[in-house]
Amino acid sequence: MSEPADDLARRRALIEEFRRQPIGRHSPDLRVLLNDLRRNQMGDPYILVCTRPHAEWRLARKPAGRGTPVRLVPGYVFASPEEAEWEVFKLLWKETTGETLT
Amino acid sequence: MSDSMPRKRLVGYADRMSVRPGDRLRFMVSCEEVAGYHAQIVRLVSGDLHPQGLGLIERPVETAVTGTYAGRFQALKAGSYAVLEQAAGFGPLNDFTLQAMIWPTGPGGRRQVILGQWSQRSRQGFALVLDETGALSLEMGDGAAVSRVSTRVPLTEREWCFVAARFGARAGRVRLHQEPCRSIGRSPPAILREEAVSIRPSVPDDVPFMIAACAETTADHRTTASDHFNGKIDSPRVAGRALERHEMEALTTSPASLQPAVLAAWDFSREMTTDRAIDLSPWRRHCRLVNLPARAMKGFNWTGEVLDWKLAPGQYGAIHFHDDDLYDAGWEADFELVVPEALRSGVYAAKLTAGEEAEYIPFVVQPPRARRTADAVVLLPTASYMAYANERAGLEGGGRLHAFANHLIALGPGDLWLNDHPEVGGSLYDRHSDGSGVCYSSRLRPILNFRPGVTNAWIGAAGTAPWQFNADLALIAWLETRNIPYDVTTDEDLHHEGLDLLAPYRAVLTGSHPEYYSREMYDALTAYLARGGRLMYLGGNGFYWRITFHRSLPGVIELRRAEDGIRDWVAEGGEYYHSFTGEYGGMWSRMGRPIHALAGIGMAAQGFDVSSFYRRRPGSDDPRASFIFAGVEGEVIGDFGTVGGGAAGLELDRYDPAQGSPRHALVLASSENHSDTYFPPPDEINNATAMMDGRQNPDIRADMVFFETPSGGAVFSTGSISWIGSLTHDQCRNSVSRITENVLRRFIDPAPFRHPD
Repeated sequence: MSEPADDLARRRALIEEFRRQPIGRHSPDLRVLLNDLRRNQMGDPYILVCTRPHAEWRLARKPAGRGTPVRLVPGYVFASPEEAEWEVFKLLWKETTGETLT
Repeated sequence: MSDSMPRKRLVGYADRMSVRPGDRLRFMVSCEEVAGYHAQIVRLVSGDLHPQGLGLIERPVETAVTGTYAGRFQALKAGSYAVLEQAAGFGPLNDFTLQAMIWPTGPGGRRQVILGQWSQRSRQGFALVLDETGALSLEMGDGAAVSRVSTRVPLTEREWCFVAARFGARAGRVRLHQEPCRSIGRSPPAILREEAVSIRPSVPDDVPFMIAACAETTADHRTTASDHFNGKIDSPRVAGRALERHEMEALTTSPASLQPAVLAAWDFSREMTTDRAIDLSPWRRHCRLVNLPARAMKGFNWTGEVLDWKLAPGQYGAIHFHDDDLYDAGWEADFELVVPEALRSGVYAAKLTAGEEAEYIPFVVQPPRARRTADAVVLLPTASYMAYANERAGLEGGGRLHAFANHLIALGPGDLWLNDHPEVGGSLYDRHSDGSGVCYSSRLRPILNFRPGVTNAWIGAAGTAPWQFNADLALIAWLETRNIPYDVTTDEDLHHEGLDLLAPYRAVLTGSHPEYYSREMYDALTAYLARGGRLMYLGGNGFYWRITFHRSLPGVIELRRAEDGIRDWVAEGGEYYHSFTGEYGGMWSRMGRPIHALAGIGMAAQGFDVSSFYRRRPGSDDPRASFIFAGVEGEVIGDFGTVGGGAAGLELDRYDPAQGSPRHALVLASSENHSDTYFPPPDEINNATAMMDGRQNPDIRADMVFFETPSGGAVFSTGSISWIGSLTHDQCRNSVSRITENVLRRFIDPAPFRHPD
């Protein structure tokens, strides 16, 4: 069964809201969406490793727990926290829905 | 672009956080893969690396320290235990009994020693242990072979259990008792196992007797400990013959009745506030407690009727040992500073460099004793730095932190070092490896988040917001930029020296988050105000938790997270009273000292994504406040800054007369527009509503207040952790800076304030 058009439009609006402002105040519907995505990560949670203070971050994954390994995810280097948030949003979205956002 | 993981290979600490001219300060350093490093004392001015901050500003200070030093690795030996160094007389034993009440918190997985005299190197001696399966075992070794007799049934986690082993040399038989204290429920039935063994244990006299660990010898021939026990031990006993079961019972409850068999009978409820474990036997084999295991813990005989260990110490005869307790790293000193007589009061550091890597070991230089060199003093909240020392939420919280902070965490080289070195010990926000809360935190170890330019991994987007020491340096930078003379002192100095420390000053400035206060600190600060002093509380969530400093061991604080408040772990019922002093743990506001009465405001909310701004309130137009707003334009204050982009953020305090805010206090401005990740603390939530978060809850705000005291003094409070992060914006040409300077210049003016009533 296909998704009703108004639900689809609503999801698109939330994605756009996040893309415009990945960090900061979010609408209640976006909050629920973000919590769902972040809570239901399929692999080890995404984190960042800061490789140059306030200038460069790399994507990594790290499970909860003491002394667990930090593993860099190849190919993801960010110049700002906002860029990193949007990229991780897209990765989580893909994991959850199978859809690739651009 | 960096392709490899950032690494930290230089770490160190100093033996004090604060010194005076003429004092000696020792620095301890450990290097990994670094042959040598250069050391230099620097005066720290700024550590705010945020693109809008002032950056790292330091001024070299020439001292005898300047030079190159050989690098060496120094290990961190975590894990608490009790040790009897002079254990001659215990072994070799022909017949003996070892017994204790235990409450294991992680049986199984590895060997854990309950008590014994055992050399891990020579595999000699005797030890009552939980084996790799979590079952009770007696091990005996003679240097050639080791025998192990086991009950083969694991103990139940967090259930009290009587454990004992008796050995009779002539018969060559070992008998084990493993008896859960509850006869019903999840514990297995009592076990008695007896086996014959051929070994007769022997042990050199120089091997120490230990409780909760056994002796290990390091490569450089030093004796240390290994195979630590996780959990509580109560009433450990040693007897010099193979006791019958009823005699073991008597040995637990009245060891004197077992004379002359008793060789040691430790009562952990004696000298509770010290690091000694007292032996009730005539042998007086008192032990030293190493690495501060948790005392004043409920024992096996706790009835639930008494909640204060001081009223029934006999029910608090347990010590909780952890394999990751660490009090004093005990490293050897690498260099020493004799503080020059002419060195101006301020914040300094030993800066260590090796190639591109730098490590800072900060410390405060106070003015000479009883001689102030400025009208204002910055009271650096070092007790709070200790409380947050090596905080690990970002490392161990997994995905929870992403939703909590509303942004990704970012690990820097210090975080990655912490991840690789859990043996450095946690903060008062962390849990031990067995899940119990960390209630002691020491500064005698490297503290990776007590560094310029370093913030906690989850504070601000991708860890970009200055926090604690790093944030407070912006106050120093602002004072320097504005050319305002200041002295610097610390919480620990205030605790030890009391009112004498503050009395000479006209104004006291806090840091951004002075959250942890001892009674001595609190008393001194309130007495200072009562004598006409002026307090500038430039932070949020201050004066919140009651801590205690140990009375004889330097540099360590305790907190039992009792009753209420924001708690990353919660003290168990019946364990709310501190072991260091017997004081009740928890929030000052629940002990007759409302924060609102001291500061005019009290904790209202926290959130960790973005900060906001203040809007002026009618109180700002009151003539009493005209000096504060002289030259300040506009209604909005602080919509800028390096801590989340605004002067109102992270943790917020609000005015509330119902909780003790003075009625005559002027509310000058209030923050607004906070995000939905801001929530009140549990002590503000007596019942849940659907409008708790920052978008909907009018109580989620920072109130800026001012009030006069009857003695001619005054209090100015901003109620926001991020306030200081806005001071240096646009080279200090901004409203936050202007307001702060207006207040400070008036506060150091001796003209008394007049109480409006």
